[in-house]
Amino acid sequence: MAALRLAAIRQHLLRGVDLDIDAGELVFLSGPSGSGKSLLLRAIADLDPHEGEVWLGAEARSGMAPPLWRRRVGLLPAESFWWGETVGEHLPRGGSAAQITDWLQALGFAPDVLTWSVMRLSTGERQRLALVRLLAQQPEALLLDEATANLDPANRDQVERLIETYRRLNQTSVLWVSHDPAQRQRLGARAYVIRDGLLVAEP
Amino acid sequence: MIQLTPWDLGLSSILILLLAAMSWRLRLGVERRVLIAAVRSAVQLTLVGMVLHVLFAQTSLALIGLMALVMLSVAGFEVMQRQKRRYHGLWGYGIGAFSMFLSSFSVTLLAVTLIIGVEPWYQPQYLIPLLGMLLGNTMSGVAIALDNLTRNAWESRGKVEARLLAGQDWDAAIEDIRREALRSGLIPIVNAMGTAGLVSLPGMMTGQILAGSAPIEAAKYQLMIMFLISAGTGLGSVAAVWLGARRLFDERQRLRLDRLTNTPRA
Repeated sequence: MAALRLAAIRQHLLRGVDLDIDAGELVFLSGPSGSGKSLLLRAIADLDPHEGEVWLGAEARSGMAPPLWRRRVGLLPAESFWWGETVGEHLPRGGSAAQITDWLQALGFAPDVLTWSVMRLSTGERQRLALVRLLAQQPEALLLDEATANLDPANRDQVERLIETYRRLNQTSVLWVSHDPAQRQRLGARAYVIRDGLLVAEP
Repeated sequence: MIQLTPWDLGLSSILILLLAAMSWRLRLGVERRVLIAAVRSAVQLTLVGMVLHVLFAQTSLALIGLMALVMLSVAGFEVMQRQKRRYHGLWGYGIGAFSMFLSSFSVTLLAVTLIIGVEPWYQPQYLIPLLGMLLGNTMSGVAIALDNLTRNAWESRGKVEARLLAGQDWDAAIEDIRREALRSGLIPIVNAMGTAGLVSLPGMMTGQILAGSAPIEAAKYQLMIMFLISAGTGLGSVAAVWLGARRLFDERQRLRLDRLTNTPRA
């Protein structure tokens, strides 16, 4: 349970982004294609070189080992990638099996999905399972890049519910890139647009 | 040994002219390349022959060292040339050259001092050909391994970053790619070792037999050199792949593909 604070993130398109997300708060982010939304999420996860600092609670990212930071501040990319053979291989060891089963169930999967070959997953299955993979890291903050973009309404609702449940239960701060105004309506949250490399609050 | 006359060489060069003519007639489009390569080989080998002639006549460590350095720097350049995506800056040259220096020089030193026991160890008749063979083979291995590493890292960016995002260290995230790159660098020499003598006689053994050595003696030398080459290639590839993989990540364990040239060479 920790707030996420961005201080003067600069990189390429981004011209000094500041943002405070309270512990347990959900913030939506939108903006035209190519405006730097994904860049911002990648910068927070420290995947690209950039200027600026990010704080998780009282801890500065620069003082934390990158693998630890990326476990604690979890990024769900728009396209999910899988490096192993089966779904189960991708889950961190030592994660709670009961919890993972619950999450899989919440998204409409049977527990045996863990033995499935990654090659045979559909795009939508990949996207939903990538969320389970990410939650299994027990992240304290979530960065979601179009987490429901390729899903049908039923699956989209399941994903929204799971993220909301996780957020409330763990007081997770969430930054969610989404193009869907209705999604923001449904979930009711602060929203920002990236315009000319800066965040502009949406009414 | 029967000495070759310029007339003999002229005769054999007619074959190259025929090859070029065939390329022209069949529109293969490689006649220019064939001729240029033939002229280059003629000039280079003549020069090397003359240089070695001078070099073998004396035992100045400085001169021999200079020759070794020239060989290394050309090999380093060749490794760089064979990369589809190179590292920017000095790294593009340095990773390959350093790995070859590390492996070829140490294995050659081991060979002349402990294995063959040449007196003095830098006697050029042994040192230069051995180093040349090691460099030549290590060069192939290092070039293939590095090319494989950077190519796969580029194509598997999503996977590598997914592993980083899962909280893995940089070396775990690149592990599969690194292993595959090493394998690709080692497979040619291991295959060559496995079929040695069955399909064709290896070059060095052929040379010794032509020069009048007993076939058994030639086979012993060939065996030793194969072992040296395999070890050298392995060592060189490991060094190159390790350094190359390390260079793909920065101090914050980010995959830095911007350290490679982004316009692939044909």
